[in-house]
Amino acid sequence: MKKTNIIALVCIAAAIVALISYTGSLTTYETIASAKQKEGRFVNLIAKIDHSQPVEYDAVKNPNYLSFTAIDTLGNTVKVVFHNSKPTDMEKSERVVLKGKMLEGEFDCKEILLKCPSKYKDDVKVVSKSVNS
Amino acid sequence: MQYNGEHLLPGQLGHFLVILSLVCSIVATVAFFKANKLQLTTDKSGWLKLARASFLVETISIFTVFGILYFIVAGHYHEYFFAWNHSSRSLQTRYLLACIWEDQSGSFLLWSIWHCVLGWIIIWKNKTWEAPVLTIINFAQFCIATMLLGIYFFDVKIGSDPFILWRHSMPDLPLFANPDYLKLPKVFEGNDLNTLLQNYWMVIHPPILFLGFASCIIPFGFAYGGLVNKNHDWYKPAIPWASFSAAVLGAGIMMGAAWAYESLSFGGYWAWDPVENASLVPWITLVAGLHTNIIYKGTGYSLRSTYFFYIISFTLVLYSTFLTRSGVLGDTSVHAFTGADMTVQLVLFVLVFFIPIMVLFFKNYKAIPSIQKEESTYSREFWMFIGALVLFLSAIIIIAKTSTPVFNKIFKTNIAPPEDPVFAYNQIQVFVAIIIGMLTAVGQYFKFKNTPAKMFSQKILWPTLLSLVISIAISVWGHISYDKKGIGFLAAIHVAIFASVYATIANAAYIWTALKGKMRSAGASVAHVGFGLVLLGVLISSAKKQVLSWNTTGITVLSKTASEDPAENITLFKGIKTDMGKYHVTYVTDTFNAYERKRFYELEFETKDGKEKFSLYPDVIKNNKGMEGFAANPASKHYWNKDIFVYISSFLGAANNDTTKFDSRILKTGDTSFYSSGFFVVNKANFNPAEFQSKYIPGEKAVFLDVDVVAKNGQKYKANPGIAISKDGLSIRAIPDTVVGQSLIFNFNKVTEKGQLDVGIKETGSLKDLVTLKVYEFPMINVLWIGVIVMIVGFVMSIRKRILQFSKA
Repeated sequence: MKKTNIIALVCIAAAIVALISYTGSLTTYETIASAKQKEGRFVNLIAKIDHSQPVEYDAVKNPNYLSFTAIDTLGNTVKVVFHNSKPTDMEKSERVVLKGKMLEGEFDCKEILLKCPSKYKDDVKVVSKSVNS
Repeated sequence: MQYNGEHLLPGQLGHFLVILSLVCSIVATVAFFKANKLQLTTDKSGWLKLARASFLVETISIFTVFGILYFIVAGHYHEYFFAWNHSSRSLQTRYLLACIWEDQSGSFLLWSIWHCVLGWIIIWKNKTWEAPVLTIINFAQFCIATMLLGIYFFDVKIGSDPFILWRHSMPDLPLFANPDYLKLPKVFEGNDLNTLLQNYWMVIHPPILFLGFASCIIPFGFAYGGLVNKNHDWYKPAIPWASFSAAVLGAGIMMGAAWAYESLSFGGYWAWDPVENASLVPWITLVAGLHTNIIYKGTGYSLRSTYFFYIISFTLVLYSTFLTRSGVLGDTSVHAFTGADMTVQLVLFVLVFFIPIMVLFFKNYKAIPSIQKEESTYSREFWMFIGALVLFLSAIIIIAKTSTPVFNKIFKTNIAPPEDPVFAYNQIQVFVAIIIGMLTAVGQYFKFKNTPAKMFSQKILWPTLLSLVISIAISVWGHISYDKKGIGFLAAIHVAIFASVYATIANAAYIWTALKGKMRSAGASVAHVGFGLVLLGVLISSAKKQVLSWNTTGITVLSKTASEDPAENITLFKGIKTDMGKYHVTYVTDTFNAYERKRFYELEFETKDGKEKFSLYPDVIKNNKGMEGFAANPASKHYWNKDIFVYISSFLGAANNDTTKFDSRILKTGDTSFYSSGFFVVNKANFNPAEFQSKYIPGEKAVFLDVDVVAKNGQKYKANPGIAISKDGLSIRAIPDTVVGQSLIFNFNKVTEKGQLDVGIKETGSLKDLVTLKVYEFPMINVLWIGVIVMIVGFVMSIRKRILQFSKA
């Protein structure tokens, strides 16, 4: 066997190991109910902001504390605590992906991804909203 | 209904030209294909004439389509949804081009334009490979033209037409009951360009990036030609073309990084975002292909891998198009493109190129020349091949990780990215950086075929020693102590710093020792020096990125949990000097610039030793397109060795109405009262105190209270609210005082009839003018940008040299 072939095999093996070890660090998308069962595990929660509950954020008191209630499609709710500044257009987002873990009944969130009604989508709903507003 | 004020002709013409270009691209594809098949020059030239003629018509059509689209946008013909949706009348003229590539179809059009330009360069410069390369280009043109069609074919919508009338695309909107709908204010003004894209980088970055994407088709076209014609002489002209692609695509990617760094609040230039990865990966495989191509030219080895790399590079360009435009990335990318229901079409675009060429490749695999004899370990080709292989595998790892959403879609799984996705990339790629850095350093010191061991070690000796000294100096005195991810990763960073210094020094040295300073042949070395600097800049700036805005005010951080949940935001109040690490920062003022529609904040930084003072002006821009809130644009102070990088993470404008009320307390001097997080004591009342003379007008009778505030955490503050009675005794005004650290406002309401003090207190929400910011320090970021420029200069030098060689030969 040629040296290049041997080295190629070693490299490919290394790449496979790297990818397999990556699968170990992968997380999952969860609903609130399933996240509650996996207390302490890092998960991605797909939910909406529950507008019937107050969003607690006060940059004066503490710019690194945000708390609100998230509700998912199944109707479950959970209190979310986020130790960072409030994403500017958070209230308006249709859907949020919350990355973090359940701790003592609260969702300790590390990152919030906002899914805004439309950044690039030519949705009729969005368009009629911006025409009428 | 008859609508008033519409301009229908440009749209009809535009749509017609799109269809014409589609037809021409089919004709040109077939004609170039035929011309390539035929051997007799007489038969060939007939087909070639037809092919070129239709390619010409196609080119003119595409350029005219672009012109019409610009005309519609610039003229604000809002009867076209495209114009209304992507621009507005108050938008600055210089962003009108960005409006075109904000749209899917607009950016496809840009891609198509570059294909035309590149096609004509091939026709002009390279008659031998014209037919096969242009077959491929025209077939790609056909695919892109279908994306612009917007017609229904048995209920399946094909492409999206940029020229569609708004009232046709959304006929149910009530506004179309009005024949003068164009005069409605919202329609007249336009929906505007996304605020994030209102940036000069957005005008220049997409054209360069798309030129990079488009040019990847040329090496692919050569590979196709080589396989069908069983002629492998394309390897010579392919080298300058692949270099060109690598230079332009690299520049495009890094312009995107510069855009992210300068204008987006992602907190840096690279985030391993899927959209970034998707454009990086074709660049990596292309560079791998360029290197194996050079091996083949020098030695006759590695032709098969060159074929494979060039094929895979363009395929990855198509795949990245699918990833970023189909909406499949959904939850994983901050860029959040959503598709216009073109997923199937985009998948087909990838497969229609990838499957046939792979079949062709494997059918001809055995026929592609290769050398059975093993490469010597002391040869350049051996180490270059290893480098190309490592690059390719690194690309595979990156794209595999990026593709988890695709995996989810296919297998109905719900896999999400890891807890720290950036580290998941870094922990692997740091080792790639080490290997590639080392190979870049030593590669050129080997000769093709064989190198006398003694000569090699002699030449490489002093660059190696010098690099060791420099990198050890950086490691020892550079304060690189990124230990968040453990000692192993830190060690890897140090080794990688050595590798990148080594790559830089060894290649610079090679220009003097081996090339004797002949800059004409130094293109590769210069590009490698640039690459080494890029690696070094990336390593140092990320390993040493510091958060300067640690929350050090009296404002308590309720619960600072794990180390990865840092309190990175600091809140500033207008006019109040705040302690922030090395600096005192003051939020001086904010101004609104109506032309740019941005609110600029003047933040004054002063080092604690008082030696240095400067102001930074980050801004926020009101979001549009149905999004509320604001987007932040950072500002940075550049030093030769670092950047101070600041952006507004949250702010309270005057628009936020203060709803909390003063809570009145009736007290005597010496009384204690409570508030939510502590208590306060009214010590005494002072009449016309000299120390507050500036707060009342001479002649007024002023009473100031001396209040001690004690917070739960033991912090003590002073507050001195007062009242002033006018000279004539008819009016009374309150002089409130604030305790910023406790977000308290004291208002001395009055003295009651019983002689007691009526003190109002109010908590939070009342201090209107405040901003919350994040401040980072990026050391050695300039090394990265300089490295990029040097690398591109190197590419240009070597392209020039190859073209000169090629035209001589």
